[in-house]
Amino acid sequence: MEKEKVIEVQDLVKNFGTFVANDHLTFDVYRGEIFGFLGANGAGKTTAIRILCGLSRPTSGSVRVAGIDASRPEEIKKRIGYMSQRFSLYEDLTVTENIELYGGIYGMTMKEIRPRTEMLLKRLSFTEYGDTLIKSLPLGLRQKLAFAVAVFHDPEIVFLDEPTSGVDPITRRQFWEMIYETASQGITVFVTTHYMDEAEYCDRVTIMNEGRIVALDTPANLRSKYGTTSVEELFVKITRPQKEKA
Amino acid sequence: MKKLMFLLRKEFRQIRRNPFMARAIIAVPILQMLLLVPAVTFEMKHIDLAVDDNDHSPSSAELITRLSGSSFFRLVATPDNYSQAEGLLFSGKADMVLIIPDDFSEGMAGATTPRLQVLNDAVNATTAQLSWSYLTSVVRDYNRDVIIDRGAAPSAIPGINVSPRFWYNPTLDYKYYMLPGVLVILITAIGLMMCGLNLVREKETGTIEQINVTPVMKWELIASKVIPFFIIGLLDLALGLTIGWIVFNIPFEGSLLLFFACSAIFLVAVLGMALFFSTLASSQQQFLFVAFFFVMIFILMSGIFTPTESMPLWAQQFNWFNPVAYLMRINRMVMLKGSGFTDISRDMGLLTVLAVAYISIAIRAYRKRA
Amino acid sequence: MKRLMAFIRKEFLHIFRDYRTLIILFGIPAAQILIFGYAVRTDLTNAGIAVLDNAHDEITAELITKLDASEFFDVKYHLDSYNEIDPAFKKGTIKAAIVFPGDFGARLTREGSAAVSIIADGSEANNANLIVGYTTAILNDYSAGLTKQVTSSVPVINAEVRMFFNPNLKSHFMFVPGIITLILILTSALMTSVTIVREKEFGSMEILLVSPLRPWQIIIGKVAPYFFLSLVDVIVILLMAWLVFGLPVQGSVALLIAECMLYILLGLSIGILVSTSANKMENAIFISFIALMLPTLLLSGFIFPIENMPKVYDYVSWFLPPRWFVEIIRSIMIKGTGFVFIWKETMILVIMTLFFMIMSARRFKIRLEEGEK
Repeated sequence: MEKEKVIEVQDLVKNFGTFVANDHLTFDVYRGEIFGFLGANGAGKTTAIRILCGLSRPTSGSVRVAGIDASRPEEIKKRIGYMSQRFSLYEDLTVTENIELYGGIYGMTMKEIRPRTEMLLKRLSFTEYGDTLIKSLPLGLRQKLAFAVAVFHDPEIVFLDEPTSGVDPITRRQFWEMIYETASQGITVFVTTHYMDEAEYCDRVTIMNEGRIVALDTPANLRSKYGTTSVEELFVKITRPQKEKA
Repeated sequence: MKKLMFLLRKEFRQIRRNPFMARAIIAVPILQMLLLVPAVTFEMKHIDLAVDDNDHSPSSAELITRLSGSSFFRLVATPDNYSQAEGLLFSGKADMVLIIPDDFSEGMAGATTPRLQVLNDAVNATTAQLSWSYLTSVVRDYNRDVIIDRGAAPSAIPGINVSPRFWYNPTLDYKYYMLPGVLVILITAIGLMMCGLNLVREKETGTIEQINVTPVMKWELIASKVIPFFIIGLLDLALGLTIGWIVFNIPFEGSLLLFFACSAIFLVAVLGMALFFSTLASSQQQFLFVAFFFVMIFILMSGIFTPTESMPLWAQQFNWFNPVAYLMRINRMVMLKGSGFTDISRDMGLLTVLAVAYISIAIRAYRKRA
Repeated sequence: MKRLMAFIRKEFLHIFRDYRTLIILFGIPAAQILIFGYAVRTDLTNAGIAVLDNAHDEITAELITKLDASEFFDVKYHLDSYNEIDPAFKKGTIKAAIVFPGDFGARLTREGSAAVSIIADGSEANNANLIVGYTTAILNDYSAGLTKQVTSSVPVINAEVRMFFNPNLKSHFMFVPGIITLILILTSALMTSVTIVREKEFGSMEILLVSPLRPWQIIIGKVAPYFFLSLVDVIVILLMAWLVFGLPVQGSVALLIAECMLYILLGLSIGILVSTSANKMENAIFISFIALMLPTLLLSGFIFPIENMPKVYDYVSWFLPPRWFVEIIRSIMIKGTGFVFIWKETMILVIMTLFFMIMSARRFKIRLEEGEK
């Protein structure tokens, strides 16, 4: 069965002056999959995700997100959700107020927003927090809430930039359960991370190193190809020889 | 449009919840009006005069009486010699010292030319010139009266009397002069400072990035940030005006509508400046620096304290681009003189041009995308 | 000592690498000097006036010419009727109208006394006052000229004035002391508080405290560059005042510098004190602006003479260091007085400095101990 491509990237290059942040990236993402973007800090993950979200323009190459070319970012933005690395819900607004804001921004009416909000709060067991200011919430709850807001408007794709940084293991586990649930509803999840063990949770994984894609496959295939028992081992194996060259 | 409404609702909620801002919006107008207006004045209340009378004659006594009797002068000391007289100037106890030589009465009798010597503290050159001019008026009047008494033709010492009348401000109350100026400072503080800080804060916390990913358009984002302060600015202006009216009894001769219309145009210009400066700053501290620097210059140059006509050409040309200068003129003219639309049309038109220019430049500079 | 020097070096690097701090340290002073030295003038030049000459005689003609010729006035209109005055004011084209009654010249020559009416635009109270003053002066001058043409059997008082301290009657003399005061407060208090709070905000204060540097060394290290910079600023301003404005220091330069150092110390202590109350740089700046800058601009006698304000402000300004410092600077720079005339103000500053130093030392220690929890 031919799966539909929701993201198509061909020879994407992004330069900052003379520094090449993304060096001819080529990959596709299929609808409904959990696509992982792995790499060390500074490998170019955040740069790439920002281009896919329309926050930044590619220097060259072709990028299509949700069937729309990267030259029309405003159209792309209508169809995607995003959770940034820095926590960015409004701390001085309540949970409900934040949800309402983003719902409205994505074109939902108050009539649509209210019942959905209630459902969301119930699902996350947040109902009693509805009128709490964000700044009073513990970090783990905040992260989960940020994710929920990112998918509140039923986007086609949701981009998560290092969503589990600085979060305790239990919350991380819960977070990934939310990701699974989201993917099962047909929303494609594009997630970047530098936690190698999270690669195992993805359908397919890309490993980036110094601006280039050095591996792209399912975790199982990668492990057998490189003869390692974990993606982490594999990562070191792939990237280390290059480092020794330099 | 709908997105804008959601954004506006968020902005107002945030403003309400921010304790600093909420308090400032009420407190700033009240404090500025009550504290600033009485303080900022160049009014010359009186001149501290000291007299060193070496003559001790009825003539000199008469002259001294006239001086101390005038409303300009206040007799503060009677030094005995020159070095004491100088000392009074050095210590600041006296602004002016009149030295009457010991042959004054002989001079008044006609034997020699009567002389007077005046030492004047000229640190403030303007008041020095004025006080000297007042002194000579009193002396001349005295001189004339002496001559008339003696039966000589008064035409021997011609004197021109000046009777001043101050229209729109009969008592020449300096508060009338300063209050429109303080109102302008008020709008600038609220409009520029608060709006700009708000803009930069969102940049600092990173929440702006989340908005950037959404389909919110640039104009919607800018409008949502600027409109609240436009409204608040006008409300605060009304508050300040009301306080001025109640506490200081300042009259309002002209059209309120015209006044608020011009202030609204000015607010647009100022909010444009806030937007522009916010693109230059990545932290609230930096913004404060940049904004304060420019605001201070604009306000000082605007003619709020000193006349713009006296400024050198380069300064006057600078003021073509200074919205504060325009509003200062307009406010004073409309509030105190009742100037009408035709009277201020040129200023209003130019101010509008500036407002449009500033906000356009700001919008161009403010980019949603890195 | 070597550690301290390394620390001080880092502070200087901080300052010079942040172009915004540089702008504040050098840009604001430069702008102030430009504005107060050239643009903001308390006098009035080329003021547009109108004359309503009902007499049309030689004397009024001469007077009008004289008025127009003076640098203060610019006779724009010769009005025909009284009714034209109000519209002209409303338009803002003139600041005053001078009205000569019909029998002006005749009365002056016959009786030696005539009256002129000045109708001034009171909405600009400052200008109105000046216009009346200048007009009076010009008219007096004219009548004095007439007097000399008369026989000298009549006593005519000859009054001479010596303008002290400012013989050329320059308008910016009174501002220069204020500029120095303002700039010193900026560089010593504001910048000090900012730099200490910056360390606190970014957590590097803790690292410093754990280092071999003792707390007092940290403070000295933080503060020393600004002491130095402030002095440099003072010298630059004094040089500019002398070379550019023709205002040399009349009194003792050594005394002036000594007083400046005292004031800088005072500023530094205030800066340290402010830094104990703020946890974020923006709060430090805000407090400094409100508590230091604005009062200096408005209440120190820098621009607005304190004696003209309601008494309350006078009392309040007693507690403001800038008020005393402005007087000291004025005395030394412009009047050239010696210490004997300013010892009182100096003592007040010394007391204030001690007070702030003790307060800030104490609060700093408390904050340190709190932080250790």
